[in-house]
Order: sequence, then structure tokens, then C-alpha cells
Amino acid sequence: MSHSALPVATTHRTAWLRRFSRFCRKQPLGAVALLLLALMLAAAVFGPQLAPHDPLATRFDAVLQSPGAQHWMGTDSYGRDVFSRIVYGTRSALLLGISTALMGACIGGGIGATSAYFGGRVDAAIQRINDILLSIPLIVAALVVVAVLGRREMAGVDVNLMAAITLPYIPVMARVMRSAAMPIRQLPYIEAARALGFSHWRIITRHMLPNLISPWLVMVSAFTAQTILLEASLSFLGVGVHEPTPAWGLMLSSVSVDVFTNAPWVILFPGLAISVTVFSFSLLGDALRDALDPRNHL
Amino acid sequence: MITLLVKRSLQFVFTLWAVATLIFFMLRVLPGDPIEFKYLSEGGSVAAEQLQAQKARFGYDRPVHEQYIRWVGGLTRMDLGISVWSENPITEEIRSRFGITFQLAVVALFIGLLLAIPLGVASALTRGTWLDQLIRVSTVSGQSIPSFWMAMLVILALLSTTGWIPSIQEARFTEQPMEYLAQLFFPALVVGWRLSAVNARLLRSSLLDVLGQDYVRTAHAKGVPGSRVIWRHALGNALLPTVTVVGIEFAGLLGGLVVTEQVFNINGIGRLLIQAISYNDLALIQGLVMLFSLIFVTVNFAVDIVYALLDPRVRVH
Repeated sequence: MSHSALPVATTHRTAWLRRFSRFCRKQPLGAVALLLLALMLAAAVFGPQLAPHDPLATRFDAVLQSPGAQHWMGTDSYGRDVFSRIVYGTRSALLLGISTALMGACIGGGIGATSAYFGGRVDAAIQRINDILLSIPLIVAALVVVAVLGRREMAGVDVNLMAAITLPYIPVMARVMRSAAMPIRQLPYIEAARALGFSHWRIITRHMLPNLISPWLVMVSAFTAQTILLEASLSFLGVGVHEPTPAWGLMLSSVSVDVFTNAPWVILFPGLAISVTVFSFSLLGDALRDALDPRNHL
Repeated sequence: MITLLVKRSLQFVFTLWAVATLIFFMLRVLPGDPIEFKYLSEGGSVAAEQLQAQKARFGYDRPVHEQYIRWVGGLTRMDLGISVWSENPITEEIRSRFGITFQLAVVALFIGLLLAIPLGVASALTRGTWLDQLIRVSTVSGQSIPSFWMAMLVILALLSTTGWIPSIQEARFTEQPMEYLAQLFFPALVVGWRLSAVNARLLRSSLLDVLGQDYVRTAHAKGVPGSRVIWRHALGNALLPTVTVVGIEFAGLLGGLVVTEQVFNINGIGRLLIQAISYNDLALIQGLVMLFSLIFVTVNFAVDIVYALLDPRVRVH
């Protein structure tokens, strides 16, 4: 009886907290990743308060200064403060990374679940199309889409760059979600839903997709890592985020060997920022996979 | 086996045709014409008739469906058309740069597997210990470090310790084999490192599966030494899934080369693609995407056949 006396909200919250602390205990690496990501999110939100300098301000009397009290991570060949640029770069990295991963995962997940649900010819057709799209390397596909679409800024975000990163991910996600959905489509509750005469749409969206949330979460986390890497590569190649927007890949782009052998901080810190972010998302994905795998609870 | 071969060959041809069609129509949406880009982008003024003549020369004045038929028809004769930028046949452009990229890919693949096997075996055997965790962290970080940054760090380290960086296409294998391998080694290491991270993790899980099977227990029970059980009995079977993934990962490897070639100043097909995109050279972009997809599809075709030869169960289905 004492159970029902507790307010529902409290039990929910304690259950959630208990699961969270269990996750941290069982997956220490995942907890570390979460902490790092929380720090980065804070850097993205409080960028203007954190950055000691204007990330765009060029100062030709302070070019390639080594790290010190004035510039914690030194300055680049335009005299811009590297630390401030990295702090501001967190925004575009997280924004592009998370939004493209979410979009790709939603569309791809829908296609994958649909493919598995219908099976037979629909499935075969979707899988053939997937095979074709997957035969073009990710970065090559992204490069071509960027070339085709050009640039289109909306509210300070290059939407075409977003599309170039999202589109190649859809077939990858569809493939993964299909294999996760295959065992579910044969479970009795799907059969029951069909017997009740529900529409295909309703069965897919209300019965299948909610049960695919664990593999989906894992993939979103892993994909965010991949998209941040892809965006950095595109910016590095000069077709991603454009100057003067501070972006990590762009900071590494067109730095000549002469410059970075004399002023290694110009490349060290942005590269480290990319690596740590990608690392955290991959590690989180890994930890989520282990934590959400029902086999590990037995 | 014959049915499998025929079925896969048909799929092979179909996939290539579909990629050819997809890339052709995607690029026709591109605003701007490669001819106009070439002659008008530097602020020059060229007479309209001359532009028209150039368009006619490269076939860009024809209706889209005629261009498409010419493109697919050319593909069957291994003719990819002519690059507007360099005015050379695209097959020539590719031929002169393919060698170096191919050599890099092979060395990278070799390095990737060479690193993956000991790492994967070690982490499977020490499952749950600090060594396993350490390998896990290092393989995840291997996948997290962008290859262009890794390449820059390698150059930085080489220059500050030895004052030397590999300059490609100086030494030939037949004349100076050691120098030849030295110049390929570092770019290939950057690409291969990523591949090894993926494969080591896969090998770990498949080896753990295999080690739990009856025949491994039987081998242990009849007194076969532990190391022999792993290397002779278990590893062969555990490597099978890795073979498949190498096929899929090959696309990633090619993508890695696109970026790595840029940093090491290697004049391979990856660099050519970046140039083609910056010059808006439609035919060249088309040809290169076809090439990437051809390599990928061929590798996976080969993997499927090898797989069928290695695993009798696949042949039956």
C-alpha cells in the first residue's frame, strides 16, 4: 500500500535516477563520454561568455603567437584567437552533427522499418536501391551533393551542407534499422495489430518504431560522431563550412606545412577538439549499445 | 555455385548501370555549365559563338537524353568522355593517377589487417580486463581521429624528428624497394589505422562467439595446446565475418584516401576528384564516381565469391 501512496512523479524520477546511476556504474566509459558532451554543450551555449576574444577579430600584429596567458591556445596566421574559435566551433559542430544524424536516422529508420514490415518485393526493391546508394563512398557522395547543391544559407546555417551530410546516411541507417526490425515483424503483437485491422501506417509508427528505440538511439549517437567527422573533412577540403565562420575542420584547412611545423598549436587544438567530440559520441554509442542490449541484463 | 556466379554478375552490371544513371541525372541539376565555368569564371569575355563551338566540341549542346545515351554507350566501351578542364580523355587522366592510389590502398589494407589481428585476438582473450578496455579505448579513438589531422601529425612528427617527409613518386619498387615502401608507408598507415580499428573490434566479437563453440572445447579437451587452438582452430572461422566487412569498409578506405592524398600531396584519383569538383568538370566527376563505385562493387563481388568458396554453407543457399 505504501507504494501507491507515493506521488507518481517521484517514483518516475527516482526510477530514472536509478537507471542513470546504474548506467554510470556499469558503463564508466559511457559516463565519462556523457560528462565530456555536457561540457561541450555548455561551451556551445555559453560560447560568447566563455570565449576571451572575438573569434573573427584579425590582428596582424599578433600573428601565430604561441599559447600563453593572453591567448591560451595561441593565435592563427590571421592573429585570431584559437581558443575562442574552438569554443565557437562547438556550435556548428554540435548543431550540424546532431541535426544531420537525427534527420538521417528518422528518415532512414522509417524506410528500414517499412522495408522490414512489408517484406517480400517491397523489401527486395528497397534493398536493391540501398545497395546502389551504398556503393558510392560516403565522402564522395557528400562531395558530389555539395557540388550539385551549392550553398544556401538559412538563419546562418548552410542547409545544403546539411543535406549533403544527411542524404548519404539515409541508406546506411535504413540498412541497420531493417535488420533490427526484421525479428520484430514476426512477433505476436504485430500479428495481433494486423488482426485488429489497423492500417500499415499505424502499425509501423505506433507498434514497430517505438520498439526500435534502443538500436535507434545507439545509431544516432554513433552517427553524430560520423557526421561531425564528415563535416570536418568537407570543411577541410574547402567545401563544407565557409570562412569566416569558426569551424574545426576549416581551422585545419589550408594550413601549410611551413606554418604548422613552426606553430603546431594552430593544428593541434582544433584536431583535438574534433577527436574528443567524435570519441565521446562513439563511446556513448558503445555504452548505450551494451546498456540497452537485453542479453546483458540476464 | 554457377547460379550464384550468374546472379551476382547480373547484380554487378545492374548496380553499375544504376549508379551511372543516378550520377548523370544528379549532375545535370547542377547550375552552371562546365564550359561557361572554364571560359567565363576568370572574368574573361568570350564571344557567344566561340562558347557555342566549345559546347558542341564536348557535346554539352545536345539534349539531355542524347547526352545520357552517349554516356552509357561510352561506358560499355570504357570511354568516359573528355575532361573539359584538361581537354584529355578521362580514361587517360585516371590511368596516369590510378597506380599510386591503388598501391596506397593495398598497403593500407595490409597494414589495417596486420594491426587488427593481434589487437582483436588480444582483446578477445583478455575480455573484461584492463587490457581489453585499453584496446577498446584505443580502437574507438582510432575511429575518432580524422585522417587528415592524423596525416598532419605524422608529417609534423617526421619533420621534427628526421627532417624528412615522404615525397611520392620518386622511388620505384623495382629500383629502390626500401625507399619505395618508405614513401608509401606513412600515408597508408594513416588510412590503414582506421581500418584496423573497425576490424579489431569485429574480430574480438566474432572470436568470442567462436571460442564458445563445441569444437573449440573438444580441441581443448583432447589436449591441444591453448595457443594452437586459437591460431589454428578458432581464428580461421572468426576471420570470416571480417572478410565481409573488409569489402564494405573498402568504401571507407577509398574515402580516407581522398582526404589523405590531399594532405600528403599525392597526385592520385582522390585529389583528381577534388580538382574536378572545384573545376565543375561534369564528365570528370561522373567518371570518377563511376570508378569509385566500380572498385567498390568489384571488391564486394570478389568477397562474395571468396566467401562462397570458404564457407560451403553459402554455396548451398
